Amino acid sequence: MQESLDMLLLGRIQFAFVVSFHIIFPAFTIGLASYLAMLEGLWLKTNKDIYLILYRYWVKIFAISFGMGVVSGVVMSYQFGTNWSLFAEKTGNVLGPLLGYEVMTAFFLEASFLAIMLFGWNKVGRKLHFFSTCAVAVGTVISAFWILAANSWMHTPAGYEIRDGIFYTTSWSEVIFNPSFPYRFLHMVLAAYLTTAFVVVGTSALQILRGQQREAIVVMLKMGVLFIAIVAPLQLFIGHEHGINVHEHQPVKLAAMEGHWETHSGAPMIMFALPDQEAEKNHYELAVPKLGSLIVTHTLDGEIKGLKEWPASERPPVALVFWTFRIMVVLGMLMLLVAVWGIWLFWKGGLERQKNFLRLCVLMIPAGFLAVLSGWFTAEVGRQPYTVYGLLRTVDSVSPLTANSVGMSLIVFVFTYLIVFIAGIYYISKLIIDGPATQLGPISEMESKPRLSDRSSIGRQEV
Amino acid sequence: MEALLPYIWAGLLGLAVFIYIFLDGFDLGIGIMFPFANSDHDRDVMMTSVAPVWDGNETWLVLGGGGLFAVFPKAYAAMMPAVYMPIGFMLIALIFRGVAFEFRFSSTGILKRFWDQAFHWGSVVAAFSQGLILGALVQGIPLVDGRFQGGSFEWLTPFSFFTGCAVVWGYVLLGSTWLIMKTEGDLMAWSRKIAAFSTIIVIFCLIIVSLAVPLLDVAAADRWGIHYPEIDWQRMLPFVPIPLITVVLCWQLITSVFSKTTVLKPFLYSVGIFAMAYLGLVISFFPYIVPYSLTIEQAAASPDSQGILLVGAVILLPVILAYTAYIYWVFRGKVDMNAGYH
Ligand code: HEM
Ligand code: HEM
Repeated sequence: MQESLDMLLLGRIQFAFVVSFHIIFPAFTIGLASYLAMLEGLWLKTNKDIYLILYRYWVKIFAISFGMGVVSGVVMSYQFGTNWSLFAEKTGNVLGPLLGYEVMTAFFLEASFLAIMLFGWNKVGRKLHFFSTCAVAVGTVISAFWILAANSWMHTPAGYEIRDGIFYTTSWSEVIFNPSFPYRFLHMVLAAYLTTAFVVVGTSALQILRGQQREAIVVMLKMGVLFIAIVAPLQLFIGHEHGINVHEHQPVKLAAMEGHWETHSGAPMIMFALPDQEAEKNHYELAVPKLGSLIVTHTLDGEIKGLKEWPASERPPVALVFWTFRIMVVLGMLMLLVAVWGIWLFWKGGLERQKNFLRLCVLMIPAGFLAVLSGWFTAEVGRQPYTVYGLLRTVDSVSPLTANSVGMSLIVFVFTYLIVFIAGIYYISKLIIDGPATQLGPISEMESKPRLSDRSSIGRQEV
Repeated sequence: MEALLPYIWAGLLGLAVFIYIFLDGFDLGIGIMFPFANSDHDRDVMMTSVAPVWDGNETWLVLGGGGLFAVFPKAYAAMMPAVYMPIGFMLIALIFRGVAFEFRFSSTGILKRFWDQAFHWGSVVAAFSQGLILGALVQGIPLVDGRFQGGSFEWLTPFSFFTGCAVVWGYVLLGSTWLIMKTEGDLMAWSRKIAAFSTIIVIFCLIIVSLAVPLLDVAAADRWGIHYPEIDWQRMLPFVPIPLITVVLCWQLITSVFSKTTVLKPFLYSVGIFAMAYLGLVISFFPYIVPYSLTIEQAAASPDSQGILLVGAVILLPVILAYTAYIYWVFRGKVDMNAGYH
């Protein structure tokens, strides 16, 4: 028994570790792919070199991040079988086809057209190249669609029946468009766009602070700030709707997010507290009266159920959910601050000269990644002790393995990812600090040898 | 139709796994040969020859794993824990070799040497682990109540060690014949030598595995009509074309490798040999999906789930094959060292 508990804990840590590592890259590449498609579209339309310069700059960073996203994703697709084999056996009928569709509609599209996007400049015409960039961008969003459908179903299962402990579908549209899916999908895609926008804006700010006032960099800064000004408020709104959806379908998770032990009508909004799972109360609580109910139920004395309504065995680890939720929201507010300040400077003129604003932008480079990770921790830890909310417990999902093999493989994964991550950060930072080229050079530094394609794309001939 | 669904899916998944083997096989093979090339320039050419396509190739592995989860969840759940460690080795190895493509391009000096090694050893270990998994499957995975109950090391036997080495050499064959097609001059001449050498080793491995499979399992032996020392020719006869075609292919391969003019044929013949070996295994395993414990029918997902995915597969797989073929077409011919974005 002890053995299998250790094994469960190690399995959870391993899954949390590998999936957290993975999501860092999609969070960036989903947005970056769309950004690249936009840059190339603008280039085709206006024929201005700066868009191409920016494209060539970001595509290198994209290639590295995408590669890391792919290799860590391949690990994910085997994790369900290796570490959660009982989960796979029981939910395979429902989740399997969703993941199958993800592979067939998204992964092949991304991986195949990536070839043309990265290596096809001299081989296909401009339109086809643009088409390939768009295919990759669309692929990333389709991929998010399916995986989030699968994940949302685990939070708010619908369209299923259970026979002999195995899930069967009764309606595919209910499975895919389950109650939390629209919110999660929008929230995640916007999160990815914001993450990318903050990297782009922070990079431009960094270059400007280092004395690089070139047109391409200022354009990049302005585009990013405008984008953030639209998306950050939208994200706040969708996040809020998402929270209401959680209140409706996973009230115990909401209680943990809000840190409420007792049921209240007219619940306060707890700003700071140290939740204590054993004592079933908060230490050092700092709260604004009634605000909690106002936000969640839109009335001053709406009821929010407290954790004590559920037996202790049904509650998620409160402190982790409570704190990760707060980190996400605070980061969201900071993003809003950048949006408001940025728009104001934009309107007044001199966006690219306000040093403090630029410094803030540099500091915010990791903000999106941190918010994404904390958001996922809120959602996933908040679902505990279930893998399929209310129906399948995490204990009944885990593979019959020994704690030894899981522990060993965990160590190896941590070690590997550490090397790869440090290397990735190193190469990406090098590119970011180098900044975009001042003018268009040849596509490749290597020996040029004209061959095969005589179609003029953007090889040496043109530049 | 409902009764046929599991078999249609077994066929489709079998095809996906085969496509994976020969596609990723050649790019893994190139990683295995990598440090033995004569110059850094040759290594650059070798890597560039697969850089655009390795990601698409590896996606077939995701389809294999994801597809197994989708249409045979019981097989997926039973098999993965049984080969937990080799799968883990394979994934870690694939990480190192996958990131090496990008990192190596951006490095110089000692870092470049490091990613050279990562690319090489990643490819070797990935290939070897796939061979270990194959060996474990051939030996059979015992299940209790449909679940794996064994220890952590059941997959490690002299036989699986042998199949591990066999897969490494098989991939070298694919990789070297791919290079014959994609390169010129000295590098091509070198590839022809490697191809010839690996052909001989692959033939030897094929013979050993063909003799061993019937020895390892009664059901497989029975399928081929082999009851040592007697042979039931009635049973054996329909399958005789497989070894015969293999012999012909091997002969053709050797002659084409040594002919100075052919560039495409060696690769096609190698793929042919892989196809025959694969077919032989399929025949030995049928109707089991987890060898000799879980049949295709027993492991199948509900007809509803298999059906909904089949609709998609029938439409999407031809589209995927079409654009995959198109991409190979775009990058046809000898390696173009000037097409990158770096
Ligand atoms: C990509 C962002 C994601 C992150 C950062 C994330 C994070 C986590 C974390 C931290 C846990 C451990 C919770 C605990 O044991 O206390 C977990 C568990 C789990 N998640 Fe996610 N998750 C993500 C996406 C997904 C998706 C898309 C799926 C499925 C389609 C999924 C399926 C699972 C499963 C099966 C478990 C294991 C069982 C469990 O511990 O509940 N996750 N995840
Ligand atoms: C500013 C106000 C925000 C609010 C009110 C909010 C609300 C929420 C809520 C309620 C959840 C939990 C859903 C669940 O448990 O199932 C969630 C999850 C999440 N949040 Fe936020 N969020 C905000 C900002 C952000 C920002 C700025 C980002 C990233 C840039 C972000 C990224 C995520 C992610 C990735 C998840 C996990 C996936 C999901 O369940 O949608 N959030 N958010």
